[in-house]
Amino acid sequence: MSGSRPLPEPTPETQHFWDGTRVGELRLQRCNDCAHVYFPPRPFCPACASRSVSVFAASGRGHLDSYVISHRPHPAFDGHYAIALVVLEEGPRMMSNIVGCEQTPEALVLDMPLEVTFEPQNDSITLPLFRPAAVGNKP
Amino acid sequence: MTRYANQVAIVGAAETTELGVIPHMSQLQLHADAALNALADAALEPSDIDGVATAGESPTVVAHYLGITPNWVDGTAVGGCSFMIHVRHAVAALLTGQCRTVLITHGESGKSGIGRGRGRGSAASLQGQFEAPFGVAGPPTLFTLPVLRYMKRYGLTPEQLAMVAVVQRQWAGLNPRASKREPITVEDVLDSRMIAYPFHLLECCLVTDGGGALILTTADRVDDFPQPPVYVWGTGESVETPMVSQMEDLTSSRAFAVAGPRAMSDAGIRHGDVDHLMIYDAFAHLPIYGLEDLGFCGRGEAGAFIEEGHTAPGGSLPLNTNGGGLSYMHSGMYGMYALQESVRQLRGTAPAQVDGAEVSVCLGVGGMFGASGCIVMGNQPKS
Repeated sequence: MSGSRPLPEPTPETQHFWDGTRVGELRLQRCNDCAHVYFPPRPFCPACASRSVSVFAASGRGHLDSYVISHRPHPAFDGHYAIALVVLEEGPRMMSNIVGCEQTPEALVLDMPLEVTFEPQNDSITLPLFRPAAVGNKP
Repeated sequence: MTRYANQVAIVGAAETTELGVIPHMSQLQLHADAALNALADAALEPSDIDGVATAGESPTVVAHYLGITPNWVDGTAVGGCSFMIHVRHAVAALLTGQCRTVLITHGESGKSGIGRGRGRGSAASLQGQFEAPFGVAGPPTLFTLPVLRYMKRYGLTPEQLAMVAVVQRQWAGLNPRASKREPITVEDVLDSRMIAYPFHLLECCLVTDGGGALILTTADRVDDFPQPPVYVWGTGESVETPMVSQMEDLTSSRAFAVAGPRAMSDAGIRHGDVDHLMIYDAFAHLPIYGLEDLGFCGRGEAGAFIEEGHTAPGGSLPLNTNGGGLSYMHSGMYGMYALQESVRQLRGTAPAQVDGAEVSVCLGVGGMFGASGCIVMGNQPKS
């Protein structure tokens, strides 16, 4: 893949997430009052509105929840590529891509275990992508 | 039933003179062409309008262009169901005396792109940060994302998904203004070009130009207008998320499930009272989700319901009788065309007229399952 993806522009509320991916951590937030774990980032709990929340490093493990395989041309991708929804072991769902795997319906099986991998785009932005989990590394 | 089920009526309704590919008209002129047609339909002048609602353009732009001095405006813009939500807001405005005659306009140069802003979303927005980097390429790669989960959970087959497009083409074949009219089969759908697996070209909406407009007023005035009135019986609206990846449940739209039942309960109707149904079909799975979220089918049952022909011409629940976004037209924000078809059916003037249609439910979607508006209409005041 080339570097021509549209890249995120972090805001004060999301900076910790993008700082995390740069150092190899997938950072989520947990409410200190109700223990709800959530994504995308915000400085309050979307379940109970508490402003007392903590950032923590997630396991990076998850499973494939749903996807499409785009046949549309995209400057950052060669050929057909999957846009995936990954449910993390901690609960939240996020969009990503699946690497290290054929981009076919046969290879991309719903509920397959995945693990995060980090792909630097430039000095400030590293994207969290996912790959099939190594055998024995299943949650 | 609520207070308003017999108090507000649609007294003017029209689409643009042309639909399809209209490269000789700007987006703003599409708004105006539809508005002028609706005004003629209601035998009104722009100076008779004192409320303006629109999406895609600012109500300031539309009101000024048409020479209207409103004392009520609504620029709610949450995608293709904005026009359903405008109807809902107009009911409240009319019943509280904020204005007397509301014009709702839509115009979109979706195909030709004439006079249409093409702003990209901000890279600092949540979508810009957490969806755009992963190769999303417009609605065909976003709206479609939940369906594999639905298929696994409920056993919906590719053939059943394709059948949605086949049935809607049957309706379009009865409609001279539909963009695509030649009959298609399940095999045709499954053989059409893959756009974003598991969606083929014929399971994705058209991209066309067009517009539409509605005029609403209080029911005490309906005898002043030449067309048979269409009464607004019930309304609902909701939003869920700007990010399809953050839907609570990939197999159901929370916005549908809030807006739809609210509209039906406000109208005081049961499912068996519904003669005609419109469900915004940007992609083939939308009618499946809509039938279930509205409660016409149990969870996981809508695919078979459509496959068995219940929503097809001659079926018990005529659905998307203009051919829908898949075969009639889809400019980008299709909700206005769904409303227009409900009005035509209740006036008895639809090209594929449902015999004896008295109650129509019209469910819209905005964004990628991001928002919804639902309107229940009747051709008589609700008793």
